[in-house]
Amino acid sequence: MLVQDIVFWILAVAVIGAALGVVLVKDLFHSVLLLVVVFIGVAGFFVMMSAEFLGVVQVLIYAGAVSILVIFAIMLTRDVQRGNLPNRIQMPALVLSALLLATLVWTATQTEWDRIEEGQRDRVDLVQTSSVSLVTDETLQASGFLTGEEQAAARQAGLADLLIGDFVLPFEAVSVLLLAAVIGALALVRTR
Amino acid sequence: MSGLYQFIYETAVIILPSWTSHLVAGLSIMIILVNAVLMGAAVFVWMERRLIGRFHNRIGPNRWGPFGMFQPFADMLKLVFKEDIIPANADKPVFILVPIAMLMPVILMMAVVPFAQNTALANLNVGVLYVLAVTSVTTLAIFMAGWSSNNRFAMFGAARGVAVLISYEVPVVISLLGVVLVTGSMSLADVVSAQTVPFLLVQPLAFFVFLAGTSAELNRTPFDVAEAESELVAGYHTEFSGVKFALIQAAEFGGVAASAAVIVTLFLSGWAGPASAYLGWLWFLLKVGVIAFVFIWIRATYPRLRVDQIMALAWKFLLPLSLINLLAIVLEVFFLRDASGVLTTADLWIMAGINIVLAVSAIALFGSLISEKVSPNIWQPGAGLPEPTPAVAFPAREVR
Repeated sequence: MLVQDIVFWILAVAVIGAALGVVLVKDLFHSVLLLVVVFIGVAGFFVMMSAEFLGVVQVLIYAGAVSILVIFAIMLTRDVQRGNLPNRIQMPALVLSALLLATLVWTATQTEWDRIEEGQRDRVDLVQTSSVSLVTDETLQASGFLTGEEQAAARQAGLADLLIGDFVLPFEAVSVLLLAAVIGALALVRTR
Repeated sequence: MSGLYQFIYETAVIILPSWTSHLVAGLSIMIILVNAVLMGAAVFVWMERRLIGRFHNRIGPNRWGPFGMFQPFADMLKLVFKEDIIPANADKPVFILVPIAMLMPVILMMAVVPFAQNTALANLNVGVLYVLAVTSVTTLAIFMAGWSSNNRFAMFGAARGVAVLISYEVPVVISLLGVVLVTGSMSLADVVSAQTVPFLLVQPLAFFVFLAGTSAELNRTPFDVAEAESELVAGYHTEFSGVKFALIQAAEFGGVAASAAVIVTLFLSGWAGPASAYLGWLWFLLKVGVIAFVFIWIRATYPRLRVDQIMALAWKFLLPLSLINLLAIVLEVFFLRDASGVLTTADLWIMAGINIVLAVSAIALFGSLISEKVSPNIWQPGAGLPEPTPAVAFPAREVR
C-alpha cells in the first residue's frame, strides 16, 4: 500500500537520522531531545504494525518519563555544552555495541516474520486484491472479517492474558524489583 | 479509521485520484483540529477574563465586539506585531521549538475527544491511555523552555513545573483506572456510551482527584508555582515574547479547554442528553462550558499554595484518595457484574450510592489528617489586645 510505504520511509529516515544525532551531537541536552524523537518514531512503527497499545505506552513511558529522568541526570553533569570528554572506555563500548548489533541482526534474520494471524492476513489480502485503497469497517464486515476496533480489542485482551497468565512470574518479579528500587531510593534520600 | 476522515475521503475521491483524496482528508482534519483548539483557547480566554473580572467585582474587557468577545483576537494581533526576541545566550534551536512542543500535545489531545455521536476525529481503542501519553509530553516542553532560556528564573520555574507534573501524574492515572474498570474499554466513545449514570455520580472521588490533578498539571492558580509571578517573574516562559509568547499562552488556555472536554467525556457522559443524536454537540459544549467555569471559579477563589503544600496535597491527599477509589471500584465491579461482566444501570446507581458516601467521608478524613496543625491566633472581641509574641533571638549557631 503506497501510503503506508511513504509513512514507513519518512519514519525510518527520521528515526535513523535522530539516532545518529544522539551519538554525534556534542550538546548533551540536544542529544536527549533527539532521543525523544527516536522514541516517538518507534512508537509510530508500533502504530503502523497495528500495536496501538504498545505505541501509546512507548510515548507515555519513554517520551514522557524516561526522557525526564535522563534530563535530570544531565542537569547534574558539568560542561553539558561541551559533551563528554574523551575517556578510556571507548574499546569496551565498541565491543559491546558490536555484540548488540550482532544479536539484533541475528534475531531479525532468524525470526519467522511471515507468521501473521489469520484475521490479519485476510485483511492484508483484502487490501491487496481489491481496488479500494481505503479499507473501511463496512468493507471488512461485508467480507466477514473483524473490524479494526474488534481486532484491536482482541489484541489488548490477549496482551492482558499473557501478562497476568503465562508471564505472571516475570511480571511479578519486575514489580518486586521496582518496589525494592523505590524503597531503596527513599532510604538513600532519608534525612536522619 | 474515523467516520469524518472516511466522509471527506469519499467525497473527494469522486473527482480526485485516491492518494490526493487521502491528502485532502488528512489536511482537512488537521485544519479542523488546529482551529478547534485555537478557537477553544480564544473563547476560554474571553470567558476567563470576563468572569475573573466579575469575581473581582469589576467589569472586565468589554470594548471590542459584543461583550468584549473579540478581545482574544486583539490580544493575538498585538502579540504578533511585537518584536520576537531570542536571548543572545539562549539555546536557539530548542528555544524556537518550545512553542511548537507546547501546543502540539494540546492539539493531539483533541483528536480523540468525541464531540457528538460518532464524531471523534479518531476513535482510538486506547483513547484514555492516548490522552495520558500525549499530555505527558508537556513535561518535556516545559523543561525545554526552562533550559533553553538560559535564565535562572526560567529554570526554577521549569524545575517546579516538572516536579508538579510528575507528582500529579500518579493520582490522575490511578483515578482513571476506575473509569476504565467500569467501562471495560479504553475507547473514549465506549466510555461515553457506558455512562448511563454519569461517572461524576458513580465515582465522585475519581472526579475530584482528576479535577484537582488536572488543574495542577495545567498550572492553574492554586497550583501555579511554576510561573509564580511574585517570585519568578513569569516562570519558564519569562524569556518568550511576541508570537512565541502568544503560542505558549494559546497552548495553556487551549489546554484548559481540551482538558475540560476530556473531563466531560470521562465523567459527565460526554454528548449524552435529550435528543442527543441531533443535539449531542450542544450538550457537549454546554458541559465543557460548565467545567471551564469551575476551573475559573477555583482560580478566582483559592490563593496560591506553597511548593511543599502542593507536594503534600499530591502524595498525602490525592494519592490515598485515588487508591481508595480504585479499591472500592474493583470490589464493586467484582461483586455487582453479571456473568458476562456487564454492569446494568441499576448496578451503577448502587455504586453511586456507596461511592458518594465513601467520597465525602474519605475527603473529610484525609482533609483533617493533612491539615496544618497550627491554631490561628483569632482575636476575640473584649479580650483586649493579643499578647505580643516575645521576640526570640535566633539560637547561636553551634561552632564545631
